[in-house]
Amino acid sequence: MFLSRQKKETAIKSTFFLVATLSILVLSLIMLFLFVEGVPIFGKVSPITFLFGKSWYPTADPPDFQIFPLIMASIAVTALSAAISIPLGVMTALYLAEIASKRIRSIAKPIVELLAALPSVVIGFFGMVVVAPFLQDVFEIPTGLNLFNAGLMLAFMSVPTICSISEDAIYSVPIELKEASLALGATHWETIFRVITPASLSGISTAVILGMSRAIGETMVVLMVAGGAAMSPKSIFSPVRPMPASIAAEMAEAPFRSNHYYALFATGMVLFFFTLCFNILADHIAQKHKQVGAATL
Amino acid sequence: MKAKWLAFLGIAAMVFGNGLVYAESTSIRMDGSTTVLPIAQKVAEAYMKEHPDVTITVSGGGSGNGIKAIIDGTTDIADSSRFIKDQEVADAVAKGTYPVPFAIAYDCIVPIVHPSNTVKDLTVDQLKGIYTGAITNWKEVGGPDMEIVVISRDTSSGTYEVWEEKVLKKERVAASALLQASNGAVAQAVSKNKHAIGYVGIGYVDKSVKGLPVNGIAGSPTTTLNGTFPISRALYMFTRGWPTGEVLNLINYVMHPQKGQKYVKEAGFVPLY
Repeated sequence: MFLSRQKKETAIKSTFFLVATLSILVLSLIMLFLFVEGVPIFGKVSPITFLFGKSWYPTADPPDFQIFPLIMASIAVTALSAAISIPLGVMTALYLAEIASKRIRSIAKPIVELLAALPSVVIGFFGMVVVAPFLQDVFEIPTGLNLFNAGLMLAFMSVPTICSISEDAIYSVPIELKEASLALGATHWETIFRVITPASLSGISTAVILGMSRAIGETMVVLMVAGGAAMSPKSIFSPVRPMPASIAAEMAEAPFRSNHYYALFATGMVLFFFTLCFNILADHIAQKHKQVGAATL
Repeated sequence: MKAKWLAFLGIAAMVFGNGLVYAESTSIRMDGSTTVLPIAQKVAEAYMKEHPDVTITVSGGGSGNGIKAIIDGTTDIADSSRFIKDQEVADAVAKGTYPVPFAIAYDCIVPIVHPSNTVKDLTVDQLKGIYTGAITNWKEVGGPDMEIVVISRDTSSGTYEVWEEKVLKKERVAASALLQASNGAVAQAVSKNKHAIGYVGIGYVDKSVKGLPVNGIAGSPTTTLNGTFPISRALYMFTRGWPTGEVLNLINYVMHPQKGQKYVKEAGFVPLY
């Protein structure tokens, strides 16, 4: 109770240090676990065959553990969802930050952010029960559970992330820039596209990458609506099986410490590398193009 | 203050007392097939409700692991979706125990299509052709001229295991087959797609889909029990030697037409009677 102020300070400092270390420790232990459980498969299958082979038959006799179709599926689904969600998310953000009145903004922004609160299983179910039959009828395709459906549902999930983060970036562009542009005679549109968008580009890029990293790691939606055929997509209406869907569907019944089990963990490692790259990229862009004030533009 | 202490002591005594009661109770371990797991769980819950002094722990490590646990003596009951192999019996005998099988239920897998599909019957060979990708159009098996959308289960599921054994005869399912993670999801997907064919446990066939006869025999509890329906199998529980005491009671409970067998039906399987 009568500790000196310095001692109190040190105590608080070390408490915070301990808490921070703990979360980092837990994270690295999970990573360690992932690698310990995933690496043994490379004793059976060479990494090249594992990554670039084309047949995934984990329970056949003899089994094939080759995840190229799964990687392709993940990339295709993420790219498609990005193609839908980037224009939607960024344009919504521009509207909210620059064009909408304060009143509309105060209503619309929480609603967009609420979209992020929709559980993925709900979005998946919607895709399965509503969107899939609709796609079948409209495009006259054999199945509505496919790459396109999954991309669309994932876009729903990444729009809130992209919109919310880029809106913050756009909103925090210094007012001087806008005033200067308008004073020089530029119209509101010219100001938005020539001044405000470039000034907030780093924030928007971060938003886009975080949105994509959410899409590639998403499990429930792709498990329910992507179709699950383990082959590289031939068109945007091909059924596909992205990596998370494969892990989720098979892990529960893969015998403990069998080759199948190791192969699923190794798939998890590949997925981890993807999201890690995305996050490092986002961080890099955010650092490199950091806007400190009006002067740095 | 005194009252508080007394209350505390009271609670402590209760907790301790409970602990003693639990220490005296019998505990039964069940391990094995994930196919049998839903039955085992329902039965275990109901049994523990009727016999509060018995604790049953149920886990699903797969048929092979369950039988291994019987051999090693780490479980009391092994659930299995296949019969025990000769080698496993030999291993068990070498360790001084004899596994006793009880067939507790039957699993019957029915091919399903969209209700609008005009196909009336498929043979096992036709099903094999469809699932391996040799047959890709409904007109090849007497239906309308449209592409077949093949829906399969994840390859780790017990349902897939039966399909692989009885229909595919160990050949590989075509890579273009769609995958769904549960019986319910397969039925859902088939009911929404007129191109589709899938397969589910008999408990999941309802009005939204059309169950097809195989080799001219409709899948039903009768054809499953008399062995004529080709895509069916028995599910087993194995015990270490002839069961005694609480394990015997539990096995009897599972076999009981109004008790255990009721849960067999609820879990979507064919009961024994």
